Amino acid sequence: MQGRALILGERKDGKLRQVTLEATSAAKKVTSGEVVVLLLGDGSDASTKEMLGAYGADRLLTIEHEALRHYTSDAFMQALRAAVDHVQPEVIVFGHTAIGKDIAPRLAARLGAGLISDVVDIVEKDGVVHFVRPIYAGKAFEERTIEKAPMMFTIRPNNIAPLAESAGRNVQEETLALEIKDLRSMIEEVVKKATSGVDLSEAKIVVSGGRGTKGEEGFKLLYELAEVLGGAVGASRGACDAGYVDYALQIGQTGKVVTPDLYIACGISGAIQHLAGMSASKVIVAINKDPEAPIFQVADYGIVGDMFEVLPPLIEAFKKIKSA
Amino acid sequence: MHTLVLVKQVPDTKNAKLHPVTYTIDRSSTVNITNPSDLHAVEAAVRLKETYGGIVSSLSMGPPSAVETIRETIQMGVDHGFMISDRAFAGADTLATAYALSIAAQKIERTVSPLDLIITGKMTIDGDTGQVGPGVARRLGWYVLTNVVDIVEVQLKDRLMTVRRQNNSGYEVVRTPLPALLAVDPSINKPRRASMPNMVRAARYQPTIWSANDLEGVDRSKLGLKGSPTIVRKVFPPPKPEGGERVEGSLEDQVKFLTKILLERPEWIKTREKV
Ligand SMILES: Cc1cc2nc3c(=O)[nH]c(=O)nc-3n(C[C@H](O)[C@H](O)[C@H](O)COP(=O)(O)OP(=O)(O)OC[C@H]3O[C@@H](n4cnc5c(N)ncnc54)[C@H](O)[C@@H]3O)c2cc1C
Repeated sequence: MQGRALILGERKDGKLRQVTLEATSAAKKVTSGEVVVLLLGDGSDASTKEMLGAYGADRLLTIEHEALRHYTSDAFMQALRAAVDHVQPEVIVFGHTAIGKDIAPRLAARLGAGLISDVVDIVEKDGVVHFVRPIYAGKAFEERTIEKAPMMFTIRPNNIAPLAESAGRNVQEETLALEIKDLRSMIEEVVKKATSGVDLSEAKIVVSGGRGTKGEEGFKLLYELAEVLGGAVGASRGACDAGYVDYALQIGQTGKVVTPDLYIACGISGAIQHLAGMSASKVIVAINKDPEAPIFQVADYGIVGDMFEVLPPLIEAFKKIKSA
Repeated sequence: MHTLVLVKQVPDTKNAKLHPVTYTIDRSSTVNITNPSDLHAVEAAVRLKETYGGIVSSLSMGPPSAVETIRETIQMGVDHGFMISDRAFAGADTLATAYALSIAAQKIERTVSPLDLIITGKMTIDGDTGQVGPGVARRLGWYVLTNVVDIVEVQLKDRLMTVRRQNNSGYEVVRTPLPALLAVDPSINKPRRASMPNMVRAARYQPTIWSANDLEGVDRSKLGLKGSPTIVRKVFPPPKPEGGERVEGSLEDQVKFLTKILLERPEWIKTREKV
């Protein structure tokens, strides 16, 4: 395919999210055409441009507007439609993030386009692009094709490796002026949760706790470990149901899906619904008292033991390494 | 207030057996259940009825066996159950499904009364990932709010509602005009058990079932496989987990080993420096 690709870029605290670079690489697997990254809200800086160029973007399109600083599907839809009209893409890529999940189906319905969500791999067979995605809570995978342009898909973070190009491209920047009208919904209040700073779905290391943590005390250990390792904290539904942590941390079939480089499961039994959210992690370490716990079947390294005994010396060891 | 919930009957993936060759769900050995996440949508709708009055309808697209799913919604207090069931719908991807459901929702408006709200679950357990709700809303030209964790208030007179939704970094409270479509997060409520009278009513309940022919003005080229721009080419199993290495020895040995494997990966250490 040679058509243009449009990627809805995402930023966090002004910095490009990793998934946007992954989406750029994914777009290049599908088309040899021009790759355009769209950024909404604020303007961009030189480092953003350079970063996008290094990962193979040709153009950066920004729409600056007060109403796009914070996500609402209403305002974002208007911006995306303007961008689609302007760029005329044959491929549209989103991260499978809170925003991508929300806006992609709406745009697909508007364009009458095929949308494949939660893509973990892209393979070409006889010149046809096949998108791989998990189904049945990770029990199987399916390969889907899209029969007509525009092709739309969302990619699961941490699965499609971002490929830096040897010679970075010189990114053309363009600003699109847009009047946003008739916003129907209004955000009245935004509550930011104090999190360790690392976004769960994109974290390279996730330290996760279950009912075996026994409560906030146990989670304090997990936060300490996550802090020294530079990871994020997650949880099983068991832990969320028990009120140890907020549901925002839930990993699994009905929670977040994570695929970090390292997943450390502490006091989690490994129910299939939990595995659906983490079994594709690159390396899994499980700490559980029960040698029969199903989590050990997916773990690369299993430690049969009490997390309250294993974690403190581990945290100490890393604190020492860090200060050394 | 008239609320519609969209519900789906799905194979119980937890206990599902996959066909050894095609890797599709082996329907003969698998029980069907109502998509767990949809029960939260039903509960939310019934609670709204209890607070603000009005009626609740449920709608499902699926084979005749989906009657059971409609009955389950009746058990929980839904007033009217509807199904669209026809071979013409078979093989639909999310785009074609959203189209068919939106046409049926419009027919429900003509049959019962205009809708103020549609509620869906977060996602289905058999493979869709929350695309259908937003697709339906788009077709109806309604506003959508996903990841809803609380319905704060409905102001029927002003045709407004306020909800709390989860976003990437926490929560936001959003006010939106009606009609709207909400996709609720499972943490919003705990679905109730059926009351005795509702159980009796559900046991005998016959939903209204429409075929493609019953949907006036439907564009058949947008239904089922024909209306689906994406096609499944292959289904295959994930690599079998082998179960890894057990780390043996004393507590001290275990901690040493863990420290070692964590330090073996320079890319992890790099992440560490960011913090
Ligand atoms: C429709 C549906 C959807 C669901 N979705 C999800 C989902 O998205 N995510 C999810 O996680 N679950 C989900 N569940 C729930 C899931 O089935 C399990 O109930 C849940 O994952 C169990 O949580 P847990 O492992 O923390 O608790 P438990 O199963 O109670 O396990 C606790 C574990 O801790 C161990 N332990 C206890 N003390 C210690 C100690 N001191 N040191 C070390 N180990 C210890 C025990 O040996 C045990 O293995 C879902 C269920 C349903 C029906």
